[in-house]
Amino acid sequence: MSLIKAEDISKDYQAGEISIKALRDVSFEIEPSSFVSFVGPSGSGKTTLLNLIGCLDKPTQGRLRVAETDVSTLNQKQSASFRGKHIGFIFQDFNLMPVLTVYENIEYPLIMVQEIPVQERKRRIMSLLEAVGMDEQKDKYPGQISGGQKQRVAVARALVTNPELVIADEPTANLDRKTAYMVIDLMKKMRDELKTTFIFSTHDPKIVDEAEIVYTLEDGELTGREAKGGINDVKSI
Amino acid sequence: MLNLFKIATRNLRRYRRRTILTASLIVTGVIFVLVFVAVTGSFKTMMIGQVTDSFLGHIQIHSKGYVASIDSLPLTMNLRSQSVKKVEKALHEIPGIEAYSPRIKFGGMFSNFVETTNIRLNGVYPEKEIKTLPFFLSRIREGGKIIKKKGEILVPELLAKGMKVKVGDMVVVIATNKDGSVNGKQFRVGGILESATGPGGRDGYIHIEDAMEILRMDNMEVSEIAVRLKDFSRLHEAQNKLQDAFSSELNKKGKPIFEVHTWEKLSPFYNIARMIDLMTFFIKLMLVAIVLISIMNVMIMAVYERVREIGTIAAIGTLPGKILSMFVIEGFCLGFIGAVIGSIIGGAVIFIINIYGVTFDFGRQKGLILSTSVNPNDFIVVSVIVIIVSVLASLQPAFKASRMDPVQALRHI
Repeated sequence: MSLIKAEDISKDYQAGEISIKALRDVSFEIEPSSFVSFVGPSGSGKTTLLNLIGCLDKPTQGRLRVAETDVSTLNQKQSASFRGKHIGFIFQDFNLMPVLTVYENIEYPLIMVQEIPVQERKRRIMSLLEAVGMDEQKDKYPGQISGGQKQRVAVARALVTNPELVIADEPTANLDRKTAYMVIDLMKKMRDELKTTFIFSTHDPKIVDEAEIVYTLEDGELTGREAKGGINDVKSI
Repeated sequence: MLNLFKIATRNLRRYRRRTILTASLIVTGVIFVLVFVAVTGSFKTMMIGQVTDSFLGHIQIHSKGYVASIDSLPLTMNLRSQSVKKVEKALHEIPGIEAYSPRIKFGGMFSNFVETTNIRLNGVYPEKEIKTLPFFLSRIREGGKIIKKKGEILVPELLAKGMKVKVGDMVVVIATNKDGSVNGKQFRVGGILESATGPGGRDGYIHIEDAMEILRMDNMEVSEIAVRLKDFSRLHEAQNKLQDAFSSELNKKGKPIFEVHTWEKLSPFYNIARMIDLMTFFIKLMLVAIVLISIMNVMIMAVYERVREIGTIAAIGTLPGKILSMFVIEGFCLGFIGAVIGSIIGGAVIFIINIYGVTFDFGRQKGLILSTSVNPNDFIVVSVIVIIVSVLASLQPAFKASRMDPVQALRHI
């Protein structure tokens, strides 16, 4: 059973009187525990597609099923609730709350979204802090740690709710090469340990090599799919 | 909920300067309102006390129509002895009546044997008048503490000054009774009476039996009965009870015999008291405007500056209601801080005013010392107003934040 199934999804934006087709009839399936990357030049529709998969936006046409739910029919509140249960997010700019410590940032979704009891919260957070190597920085504020450390905290925050899917839009764009690899390795490690599906977008060809399945987007169309390491069969679209 | 408060207070600390400025504005408003309420409220209470406890009483009972023609002090509208007994019976039966004083009010001529002028006089039972008007004795500037005996008169100070009479001097009072017959009586000046602001504040006083003698009354007929209540706050309740007690007392034409008025109807100071209430209302309205504008401004700024943060928390699944609560609680905290600090400083300012004492003049009364005090309810009311307005002012920006499209918000630079 696929975790994500997109059937001919399109997304149009209205810019004044001009209608822009950001995505055109895109279809794909992603299996659970995959490590998937969407690549393509700027304006190719990567972020739009990730927003649709992440239930932040709705397709103009087509059907999109995520975790056995037709997400194109959810309203604002249902979408928020669905994201809180099933999806974690990692952002290019880390987007940690500056007024919360590292520990509190990771704790935030457990309190505000899932309402997990305090003991269970502590157990999960400490386990993730150790996994991402930030346990000694737990009382620091985002302003007191480096970019790579922030992204590690963001990874922990995305995983703390035990989501089936983590979406990362350009997670390494603001990091140096070494730190970028560290973050990707961390994401892979977490996928291996937690069996969470990771979908990320990137410009960086070397980072792309780390993905097990690579989808290529051009002008809103899915133009290629490449699977590596025998995870999935290689097939052309 | 605690976590929402934690995030809200940390965000307030994050924009420290703006928070301090906004809170200072609210604090200043709260201090100003509390001090204004304390000063004007105390002034009002003090002046009502002066009016009611010096000459008017809390309530007055007259024959129907007497108050409408009070300027001419009509003797034909006096309460007959039978009516007085009915009133006294009712006053004894109704709980909460502390004292009452029957008065015969009349106008006459006052002569020092050289000059003659007109005078308004009250014939009273001295001991009943003192019980009804606790400040009455303090108005007697010179001479005995009260009309000790029949044949003495308390002369209002302006008249005494104009007619050059002193305590111990002999004077003559001449008056016309209700039948048109003129009579006079010699009095010894027993005391000089300080003027009080308001109707009856410049009247002279004699013993009620002297008044009956001048007016050739065989049976006592009184112009009014002044009443003092045990609890002034139950003024209207007592008025209603008295009106109910007299509702069955009708004349031959089926109209009521008595009329019952509170001090409010009898003293023009009531209009000043109303003005003070109105000013207090507008001052509170200004506080509402200050809080509304400052909180709304700061919350709009907060939402605008944190669009990406809102996008982030919305993306990770925070429900719109919680985002709304987050900003509303921030506004609440600002209002709460302002209300608490403002109340503390306001209380301190009122305390300092009391230590140094504020003196003022009211009419001919000089050097009155204002003892400011605030009802604890005023602290609560002002604080509740500030907090409610803070929450209301936060609602619009908070609603906007909660309805933000996460995609747009995350794109915001």
